[in-house]
Order: sequence, then structure tokens, then C-alpha cells
Amino acid sequence: MQKKNWKAWLYLLPAIAFLSVFMVYPLIDVFVYSFEEGYNSASQTFWGTGLYNYSYVLHDPYFLQAVKNTFILVIITVPVSTGLALLISLGLNSIRRLRDFFQTVFFLPYVTNTLAVGMVFMILFKKTPYSDGLINLLIRFFGGQSVDFIDGPYWAKILVMCIYTVWVVMPFKILILTSALASVPQDYYNAARIDGTPPFRIFTRITLPMIAPMVFYLVITGFIGAFKAYSDEVAIFGTNLNAAGMNTIVGYVYDMLYGDSGGYPSYASAAALILFAIVLTITVINLMISRKSTQF
Amino acid sequence: MSSDIVTPILKRESFSDIISLTVSKKTDRQMIKGHIYDPGYGLESDDWKRDTAMKVVLDHLTKRFPSRSKKGEDVIAVNDFTFEIPDGQLIGLLGPSGCGKSTTLNLISGLETPTEGRIYFGEDDVTHLPPENRGVGLVFQNYALYPHMTVLQNILFPLQNLKGEARPSKEDMRRRAEEAARLVQIDMLLDRRPSELSGGQQQRVAIARALVKTPRVLLLDEPLSNLDARLRLQTREEIRRIQRETGVTTIFVTHDQEEAMSISDLIIVMKDGFVHQIGKPQTVYDEPCNLFVATFLGTPQINLFEGRVENGRLYIGQDAVLKVDCADREKLTVGIRPEGFVLQENGPLCCALQAVEVMGRDHSVVSTHPAAISKTIRSIIPSEESPHVKSGSVRFRLKPFKTYLFDAGTGERIPFSAL
Repeated sequence: MQKKNWKAWLYLLPAIAFLSVFMVYPLIDVFVYSFEEGYNSASQTFWGTGLYNYSYVLHDPYFLQAVKNTFILVIITVPVSTGLALLISLGLNSIRRLRDFFQTVFFLPYVTNTLAVGMVFMILFKKTPYSDGLINLLIRFFGGQSVDFIDGPYWAKILVMCIYTVWVVMPFKILILTSALASVPQDYYNAARIDGTPPFRIFTRITLPMIAPMVFYLVITGFIGAFKAYSDEVAIFGTNLNAAGMNTIVGYVYDMLYGDSGGYPSYASAAALILFAIVLTITVINLMISRKSTQF
Repeated sequence: MSSDIVTPILKRESFSDIISLTVSKKTDRQMIKGHIYDPGYGLESDDWKRDTAMKVVLDHLTKRFPSRSKKGEDVIAVNDFTFEIPDGQLIGLLGPSGCGKSTTLNLISGLETPTEGRIYFGEDDVTHLPPENRGVGLVFQNYALYPHMTVLQNILFPLQNLKGEARPSKEDMRRRAEEAARLVQIDMLLDRRPSELSGGQQQRVAIARALVKTPRVLLLDEPLSNLDARLRLQTREEIRRIQRETGVTTIFVTHDQEEAMSISDLIIVMKDGFVHQIGKPQTVYDEPCNLFVATFLGTPQINLFEGRVENGRLYIGQDAVLKVDCADREKLTVGIRPEGFVLQENGPLCCALQAVEVMGRDHSVVSTHPAAISKTIRSIIPSEESPHVKSGSVRFRLKPFKTYLFDAGTGERIPFSAL
């Protein structure tokens, strides 16, 4: 076996080469940058090493605002989108007529361009000299005060952001959950019927545990995806997210690199590593919970 | 776990106690109850069985499935099935795959609703009752144990679904689940998950889950098909024992005739949705009503020949094998069970000998005959009478009661008696 080992490495070489150039090296680089104080990418110089970059980032009000926005987004959209997707999948699973049609309809947002979706949301929510947006028309129709969702109060902007994110991430979840539901053997439901199990109990005691691995998969990837949110925000609020107060952590990293106030790769690296630490922690917790509750 | 480790002792007093919970005639029960709690209560007595066992009446039961294509004809899975299954017995529903036996089981369980006809449990018409109100226990072919629950949770599950007055207390549920587990001898495995059990153990858990609600009728769908050969023998005796001890009317589906014959009180032979014959296993074997039943039952299979009746003699090819009392017929099918051949030096049936297979107690003689419908004829001969292969031919006398005549066209049996 030992002799043939070089062959195995040969087969792995393309993957290893690509991964080390485009993944491992940048990761190490980011790690190094984050400790180099006053790093200048043009002259490739820095004047010291230490934790100053982290300290700066953690005291930057823009970064704190970005962290707050990101966390609100994660905490609201992951449970809401997963829950809604589960409800819709259960509905799809229990109808026979028009199932394919509805499946297609629910999957459409997945194949629609983010920016196109952003345009639609503009029409729904944005105030222009000519119109207040469709939602405001509705609010006024029912006797409410019109709200400026794009440039208005913080809660309105977060609301639009959450609705947008939920709407964008749901199709994939519905797709995964409908196939998970369809793969639960019919015999379990027949056995439950023989025992006279009430529908809600069938759901909580049989359906949910059977699809639990898929639900956990969606929650974990959902968390990671929501922490990395950025393009959706740009689609709605434009590129100057700091001004709108709607920046996210990834947005902050981007701004530090290339934005109007950019040119600080060290700060960007520190922020990216903080994000990495957060995502890692949450994912580990998620995995621990899912291991515990899907043991069979 | 194997059944020979644990002696099959049922805690009778407590299991019967369970049963008394489900019985409506309370006064009668309490009188008997005194009996039951008496430790000297005989194991042979089956007093308490009578209250719970149910006869199952199928009245012109028909199930049609609509055809997939619009022009095609409906598929008739069960066709006009009428029979009264007596209470407290073990019934084997036997037939080749696709004969409608599983559909019949699903109709009785309530998972399917019949197109026509009615089903009664005792005097109750259950035709349109949902499954949970019928009081049936169903053991699925692949057991359908919930993989995320332990054995105990699986057995408890049906009880936890009960509502209102029928719902027992927590301790009661646990006790009943343990009783059921003890009955099928898995009481030491209660904390395991199904994936940690062998096939045979999973089967027992499935039976315990079906029994824990003390059903009026126990239904088993191909209970042995997922087990290996050795376990199959053991488990079918287990099923027999469990059925005897609980006395519950049990219907099981199988395509294996040996399985059905060995443990059933009655077997029902089905094909293409029709019931061909119902009777005690031995009776059905000895007196098959038509060619299908005769060929379906028995291993090795019955040997078939083309024959004719001429002047009161039954001919197979040129050999006049038996004197019979029926009218002349140009063409009929003669069926002879393997054990119906007797070696005789100048016997009437002359066959070309091919091989003798040694099976220990018996020898199986393989030969050919020009009038045989199958390629070879197989006969079972006691080992001490075995012929020499070198002799080239072999002559048989036929046992008349192991010889059957069937109409060559319809396959209906033609009664005759040998003279």
C-alpha cells in the first residue's frame, strides 16, 4: 500500500493546489494582516504588530451598528423563513392538484436575480415624488400613516430587510423540505393512523423527528448565509450602507477594503476574523444540538 | 435474543387485567376477575379470551382501483369476498403476489375503504369506521417502527394517543407496555432503539406495539418475509404462541404456503382477487378445489400429467393407471402429489429414471414421462425402497387419494373414486 501512496497524492494534487492558492493562503494572509498595525497594501509595509486592529474595529460605531443589524437579521429571518418554509412544504405535500404549479411558483425567487428582486421591493416600499410605494398605499387605504421604509425610521428599514431576506431564502428551504417530507415512508403514517394519532401529534412525534436532520441542515446553512448577508442590503438601500445605518458585517469588511473610506486591509481582516469567530461558535452550538436530537 | 433463553411465561393475571379494561360488560368481568387473580387459575382455561376475541365477517367485499389510463379497465384487487372468520383463530391469507391478500388486510384494518360490501367485527358494522376506532392492531411488513423512539416509546405510542376515559394513567401505560413486551419476550430491550435490534427483535417490538391496545383483531402483513430462514421457523412458532396466549383473532398474509400451512387454523387461498378455497390447512391440501390450489400448496409441487378416462380407466399416456368410476373424458389434467407414488415392480406408471436425490429420511426420485406437463416428475419415496439409478426406468403404483383429476380447460376438480 505504501508504494502506491504517491498515486493518491497525485490524484489529489489539482484540488490541493487550487485550495491552497485560493483558500488556505488567503486565510492565513487575512489572519496575518489582522495583527499587522498600519499595514499599507501599496508599499507592503507596517509599523508594528498587536491587537490594535481588533481594538479599533470593536470600538468603531459603524462596526457595532453592522453587528447589531446582522444579529437582528439572523435572529429574525432564520426561524421565520424555516418555519414558513415548513408550513408551505407541509401544505404542498398534502395537496395533489396543482402541486407542481405551486412548487414552481414558490421556487421562482430562487432563480430570480437579487437585483431584480430589489427593484420589485423598491416599487413595493420606496417613496418617490410620484408615489409612496404599494405598501404605503395599502396602509393608507386601511387608515394608517404612511411610512418611509427606505429612508425612514430604523425599525421600518429592518422590517423591509427581513421580509426581503426571508423571501429570498425561502425557495431553497421549501425545495429541501418538500423532498424530505416526501421521503418519510408512508408506513409510518399508516401505523399512526391505525393507532389513531391526532394530526398535530403525527407532526410533532413522527414527521418532525424524521425530517429533523434536514431542518438542522437548513438552520445551520441559514445562520451562515444570514451572517454573510450583504448584496441584499445593497439591492435595497444602495451602496452607502453606513449612511443608511443598514450595514452588515460583510458590508463593513467590504467598505474597509474598497469603500469611500476604504484602504484599510488590516481593519477589514480583523472584522472578517471576528465574523468568522461568531459563525464558528454558532455553527458548533448548532451541530451539538442537532447531534443530540437526531440520534438514530 | 432468542426465544429459547427465556421461558415463555405470560404474567397472566396482569395481562388479563388489561383486557378487562377494554370490556364493556363490567359486571361479568368482575366475576371472572376473581378467578383470574387466583394464582391457581389454570393456564389451559381460556375464559377471558371469549370476551375480547372477535369474529370478522366479510360480506361481498370488493375493492376496485381505478385504472391509471383513462381507457383502461379498473383493477379488481378483491372480488366479492364473503366469509365469516371465526373468533380467536389464526387465519392465513395465502396467495401469489398481486392476488389481493394485502388489500384484503388493508380493508379489514381500515386503511382502505371497500368499493362494495361490508365488514363486521362481531355484530358491529365497521365498514366506514376509521382505523383507530376499529380496534385493530397491524404489524407492517417492514415493521414501521419509529426509528427515533426507543422500544418502550414505540410500544407506548398507541396508548398515548388514547383520549378521555380510555386514556390510562402514566403508570398504567408503562405497566401495559411492559406486559406486552414481556409477552413477546423483549422486556430486556426496552431502552434500545430499533436500529440496535435484529430483524426478529424488531418484529417482536412491532407485534408488542400492535397488541398493547388489546386489539379485537390482530393483522400481520407478511410477518416473516424479512427474516432469515432459521429465524422464520422460530418466529412463526412465536406468532402461534402469542396468538394462543392472547386468544386474539389473528389474520396474517403470506405468499409462503409452508408458513401458512404450519401455523394457521384456517387458510384462505386467493388468486387474482378471488378466494379459491377456505379450509383447514390439511383439508385444503388433501382436497384442493381446483388446479391452482393444488399446484400452489405443497413442496415439492404436485406433478401434472395429461390424461384421459376411457372405459372406466384413467390413462396417463399409454399407461392405464387407475380404475375410476367417472364418465369417459377425452382430455383432463391429472395431478399426483409427490408422496402419491409407490414403487412397484410391475406398477402401471412407467417413467424414465433420471436421478435419485438423497434427503435423509426420504429419497426424491426424479424421472420423466412423455405425458407429463412439467419437465420432470418428482416423487418422494422412503429411503429404504429407493430404486437403482442404473436400471434406467422406474414403475409406480398410484395412491388414489393422492391423485386428483382436473378439467383440462377450467381447472375445476373432477370428483372420482377409485374402484
